[in-house]
Amino acid sequence: MLHHLDIIIRAIFLENLPLSFFLGMCTFLAISKQVKTAIGLGSAVLFIQVITVPINNLILNYLLTPGALAWAGAPDLDLRFLGLLCYIAIIAAVVQILEMLLDRFVPALYNTLGIFLPLLTVNCAILGGSLFMVERDYAFTESIAYGFGSGAGFFLAVVCLGGIRERLEYADPPGGLRGLGITFISTGLMAIAFMGLAGMEM
Amino acid sequence: MAESNRELLTRSIFKRNPIALLVLGICSALAVTGQMTTALVMSVCVTLVVAFSSLTISIVRYHIPSSVRIGLQIIVIATLVILVDQILKAFYFELSKQLSIYVGLIITNCIVMGRAEGFAMSNPPLASFVDGIGNGLGYGMVLMSVAFVRELFGSGSLFGIVIMPLTTDGGWYLRNGMLVLPASAFFLIALIIWILRSIDPSQEEKE
Repeated sequence: MLHHLDIIIRAIFLENLPLSFFLGMCTFLAISKQVKTAIGLGSAVLFIQVITVPINNLILNYLLTPGALAWAGAPDLDLRFLGLLCYIAIIAAVVQILEMLLDRFVPALYNTLGIFLPLLTVNCAILGGSLFMVERDYAFTESIAYGFGSGAGFFLAVVCLGGIRERLEYADPPGGLRGLGITFISTGLMAIAFMGLAGMEM
Repeated sequence: MAESNRELLTRSIFKRNPIALLVLGICSALAVTGQMTTALVMSVCVTLVVAFSSLTISIVRYHIPSSVRIGLQIIVIATLVILVDQILKAFYFELSKQLSIYVGLIITNCIVMGRAEGFAMSNPPLASFVDGIGNGLGYGMVLMSVAFVRELFGSGSLFGIVIMPLTTDGGWYLRNGMLVLPASAFFLIALIIWILRSIDPSQEEKE
């Protein structure tokens, strides 16, 4: 149990997806002008991450690894090179299904997350989460913990940046830095602040 | 098509640089810029993928129903990325280990999707191909300039060859530790954006 908690804490603070691996930067910078929209985006990422990382883990372990298809009469088949294609297809499918389900059954949540969901298919943080899961050989339960942790890390980072950018409205930077430039600098400062947490261990 | 192929090629490098002005594809731009070698390989990979995905999508653009176009584009791109990834793994294993997951992440690089959706769907194959190369070069240029500063001042070398011997190895150059940290890439890109926008003030954001 402690091991899983360690994975979660690590994914949130030490190996934060946007701040230490720069994943999901495009959406991260585009949709963080206000805390309210940032919360919407953050929860959408958290939601999708918790679902897709474990599903992709199952796909990897029961379809793609060498020997996984032994029951189908192909014990030597190594399909791992198809991994990328499978993961992105799963992500696109989950996003689509989730959008329809939310629209039908939980309209309130759909209204909050709705516009962000389609964006997430091409968000590197989502695909990156699955690829890190593959690279680190997580087992199924570990992949659930990692999915939750990495999603929560994105949530934390994007909401913090949203808060900072709301304040930046009142600042007066030089013309060329206005908007994107100053956002980059604030994100960099935030990344350095997060590095202060490095070395923390459970 | 009013613009010649040469214009298509050059405008994405300076006037409409995908990273600095359109804010696309920054994810990987920041992560692989610690060394010149990885940045160069990454730029080549992205250029190849953008160019060929634009070419492919442009060739079949009349046969793609608009309701499933995003899915189709992703499949074309993912297949190309798998090819690049396998080639790297087969011939340059060390490099592919260093780039780790970032090669796979070319799939979700917004530049590739953006060019497929924004240009290749409505333009002939050759123009799309050239546009893809131009965008890849524009991306590469920013990547290489960030990597140049980070590797030269962070570790005193370029492409792994020592330019300024470090004090830790008995040389004279005290390295700038901050540039080795990933966070420094944010500051450098902010600087590039600032410079580009000062040269061309029409790109500044309004209040």
